[in-house]
Amino acid sequence: MAEILILAEHDGEAVKKVTLELVTLARRFGEPAVVWTGPGAESAQSRLAEFGAAKVYVAADQVYDDYVVAPKAELLAELAGQSSPAAVFVANTAEGREVGGRLAVKTGWGILTDVVGLDDDMTAEQVIFGGAINVRSRVRSGTPIIAVRPNAISPESSAGPAAIEPVNISVSDAAKQAHITERVVQQRGARPELTEASIVVSGGRGVGSAENMALIEKLADSLGAAVGASRAVTDAGWYPHQFQVGQTGKTVSPQLYVAVGISGAIQHRAGMQTSKTIMVVNKDPEAPIFELADFGVVGDLFKVVPQLVEEIEKRTA
Amino acid sequence: MNIVVCVKQVPDTWSERTLRESDSTLDRDAADAVINELDEFAIEEGLRLAEAHGGEVTILSMGPDRATESIRKALSMGADKAVHLVDDALAGSDVLATSSALAAVLGQIGFDLVILGSESTDARTGVLPAMLSELLGVPQLSYASKVVIDGDAITINRLADYGYDTVVASLPAVVSVVEKINEPRYPSFKGIMAAKKKPVQTMSVADAGIDPATVGLANAACEVLSFAKRPPRQAGTIVTDDGDGGSKAAEFLAERKFI
Repeated sequence: MAEILILAEHDGEAVKKVTLELVTLARRFGEPAVVWTGPGAESAQSRLAEFGAAKVYVAADQVYDDYVVAPKAELLAELAGQSSPAAVFVANTAEGREVGGRLAVKTGWGILTDVVGLDDDMTAEQVIFGGAINVRSRVRSGTPIIAVRPNAISPESSAGPAAIEPVNISVSDAAKQAHITERVVQQRGARPELTEASIVVSGGRGVGSAENMALIEKLADSLGAAVGASRAVTDAGWYPHQFQVGQTGKTVSPQLYVAVGISGAIQHRAGMQTSKTIMVVNKDPEAPIFELADFGVVGDLFKVVPQLVEEIEKRTA
Repeated sequence: MNIVVCVKQVPDTWSERTLRESDSTLDRDAADAVINELDEFAIEEGLRLAEAHGGEVTILSMGPDRATESIRKALSMGADKAVHLVDDALAGSDVLATSSALAAVLGQIGFDLVILGSESTDARTGVLPAMLSELLGVPQLSYASKVVIDGDAITINRLADYGYDTVVASLPAVVSVVEKINEPRYPSFKGIMAAKKKPVQTMSVADAGIDPATVGLANAACEVLSFAKRPPRQAGTIVTDDGDGGSKAAEFLAERKFI
């Protein structure tokens, strides 16, 4: 059976959930072969095995963390040349799709981005124009490069060997042009990452101020959720830009999306419309976000949210 | 410094966007056309860098005749001149073909710095800057929330989920910008008048030395098989808060096993 090459996303120790989703998806098409760059493969091996990885190619060189994207694309191109995979899967994250894009240029293979599902013949399902249209498409030139939206696939365990295979491929000077000299971590608390989280709680214009975003954080923490924000909030500087959910921000697809004080303009809907369950709190009964709601409360968020937090804490205590 | 800003004309997010029944490509006539929002930040950054370091800003756009409107708008913001890659053979090109077409033009007109928006609001692939960098063999400085140039050295803050990376490279380079990097200016009346006289060079596929067999719908590496309007979500339960809205919401979450 042919391999499916999967570019791992990780933090140097733990593998990210999206990679387990890709491994789960890959099992339907061939032998999942994870490509791990930098340190941490040994500590993540058991987790990869739990989800059915057949093989883990490990390129442990620091160079993959020191330069932007290009070395990873070179590595994938080299491995793809050696193992002739049936497909290459990357996460549809900023970095994952960029690696896929460079690989497409190197190989002439087609790339499909933001894929939310794959048929058995590798026809891809995509959702475009802010969730308005479902598209079915396929790669017709070369080996498909598929960038899969995080949280679109449910990870399912199934034991695999996850045999580590060290690879030592020298990275060309051409791939070492954009040097990362510093990583600046600005994370807030220990919340899950926005695109990975199974629950996301987002605040909008109705929240009213930067200080009031603490209420959104409190609700998020009671649910173990990530915090998101509408563009109105990030534009006003109430919350950092990297937490923006929407067309010019992040696309999320969690099990539960809670929209608080968000009217639901197309710009925002584009980033959250494929969430499985949507709950809304907004004082304006005419707000378009209610059209998406599985459950909605028309009311003052400053009354509804504290009560909700209290109830959740009572029930989960 | 020779700065080229790539600009894409896209259907307005606020209008009804759809695909054409005949060939599943974007229906450009159905919607109002505007400059891709993130490209406005790219234009602004190009103008600021040219103002600070000297040099010229050239707008490069690939698109049908109608893209002229967006090119004029970019010129009215203050760019010096434009190149419009326009050819029926390009219609339906996918992102891979688009990147090679743009790279061909960039190779001809030359550049010290190419600036783009980090993605377009219509296709949203987000891979074009990386592809251009690969094709041109210059550093990829994407997702920039800050750009500093000092002589030949260029430093950016590359936005990441955890914060940002500081990335250093040498010019020439490809930069893609995120919103928030700046506040794009509105064209002034003077700017609008001046834009009418600024040179716009049109280029065909042949002018740019692009092999017609590598572009267009028929040569795309990917194809759309079918599309359909997404069915509306099933109507949910909406309650009005009578002092127990929070409790009812918690009940819903418990029913669905979220708590």
